[in-house]
Amino acid sequence: MSRKSVSRKPEIFWNRRRKILFTVGAAFVYLLAVLAAGMLMSPERYGINYSAKFTAPCLEHPFGTDYMGRDMFFRSIKGLSNSIAVGALASAVSSLIALALGLTAALKGGIADRFVNWCVDLCMGIPHLILLILISFMMGRGGRGVTAAVALTHWPELTRLVRAEALQIRSARYVQASYRMGKTWFQVAKEHMVPQVLPVYLIGVVLLFPHAIMHEAAVTFLGFGFPAEIPAIGVILSESMDYITTGKWWMAVFPGLMLLAAVMLFDAAGENLKRLLNPNSGNE
Amino acid sequence: MQNRKETPALLAEQISFRYRKNSPWILQGVTLQVKAKERVALVGPSGCGKSTLAGVLAGYEIPERGEVFWEGKPLPRSGYCPVQMIGQHPEQAVNPRWKMNKILRECWNPEEGLLKRMGIKEEWMTRWPVELSGGELQRFCIARVLGPETKFLICDEISTMLDVITQAQIWQILLEETQSRGMGLLVITHNRALAKRVCTRIVDLSEINQC
Repeated sequence: MSRKSVSRKPEIFWNRRRKILFTVGAAFVYLLAVLAAGMLMSPERYGINYSAKFTAPCLEHPFGTDYMGRDMFFRSIKGLSNSIAVGALASAVSSLIALALGLTAALKGGIADRFVNWCVDLCMGIPHLILLILISFMMGRGGRGVTAAVALTHWPELTRLVRAEALQIRSARYVQASYRMGKTWFQVAKEHMVPQVLPVYLIGVVLLFPHAIMHEAAVTFLGFGFPAEIPAIGVILSESMDYITTGKWWMAVFPGLMLLAAVMLFDAAGENLKRLLNPNSGNE
Repeated sequence: MQNRKETPALLAEQISFRYRKNSPWILQGVTLQVKAKERVALVGPSGCGKSTLAGVLAGYEIPERGEVFWEGKPLPRSGYCPVQMIGQHPEQAVNPRWKMNKILRECWNPEEGLLKRMGIKEEWMTRWPVELSGGELQRFCIARVLGPETKFLICDEISTMLDVITQAQIWQILLEETQSRGMGLLVITHNRALAKRVCTRIVDLSEINQC
């Protein structure tokens, strides 16, 4: 007659898993929206208009305008969009380099391992910003230079992680058996190692992203990145420094906040993904 | 080379092995000959080097002195090894991140009939290794090395952790399959009764190992 009473806690909708997925989703939506808005925007939206220069934030110009009357709201979005594009490209390239080097080092061992470790130590030994400036300068500055610089300098940490993860199973019985079944080391890397390193790798890629954006902005701010006419967060911030002493606070505050928001969102997404993909905390 | 008939299929000649330089010898001057299709049991007290010898014979370990020959040629270092080994711990011999279907078909495609005889159920194919028991996993480990390229099978205490009924089942299947495929068998076991029942010859490693 009576239903068996199963004592069960009322299900909480906002459990940890849902919260994490929501945070990650929100971060990606924000970044994709900024990226798309920036790419589809017509350059007139942040064009020069001398009749409206140095306007403080108002309804028409929510972030104010700069010394050439350019609307800072649209300029910031376009700039952040450029930064995100560079960051995405750079973290993709860097992470692939890290995956290839890390797996080769772990599987080949010997001289290959020592060479990769030496490269990692070499790159980590040079101050990062100096390396960025050097490469950007060598590649002729501009968008190409800064992209190459950011892409080629973010792999060492991830290489170490991938290598350590692959070393854990290098001498596992099933990997040895795979070799005895006639598999080459490349097949072993693809079939056995990649699934093993994938969680660490994905988190590494996401956490690389904010680094890449910050470094892109920093190199541009120092004058080795994008040229002045291209809206990039670094260019905007370095221009605004000239006017901040005369009280034009909006030119630095809003673009700075947008950059901060993008970086923090990505960082939050990465940290949360780390918790979700780690088997020890994934089901909490 | 005139008396080809007398050439043993698997020949381990004066094998000496230790895990690293300056560590004590595990095997010294071990010579073992097994004819094709012969079934040999390798027995001996714990720690006398049975599993190490199995690893050497299957090419997992490289001996410091001596060499292992398969049909007169040194054991190939790369490519499919004609001598395959099944171990004591099936849960270590499968990749925990692969589904059973992929594990089973890593090197050949076993036919339905074999899987049925091995008692491997269709619904196990889509599971992860952690979702199967040791005996069930061991069936997969056996089935995946019964391919046509395998000529000789080394069984390193493959049934020690199984209950007696599963042991009997597995040995029956294994004997049928290896006989119909003309495979030789080297069985490492502590169980003398099993050795007598399954094999045609019993070798005590403590007698041929000179250390």
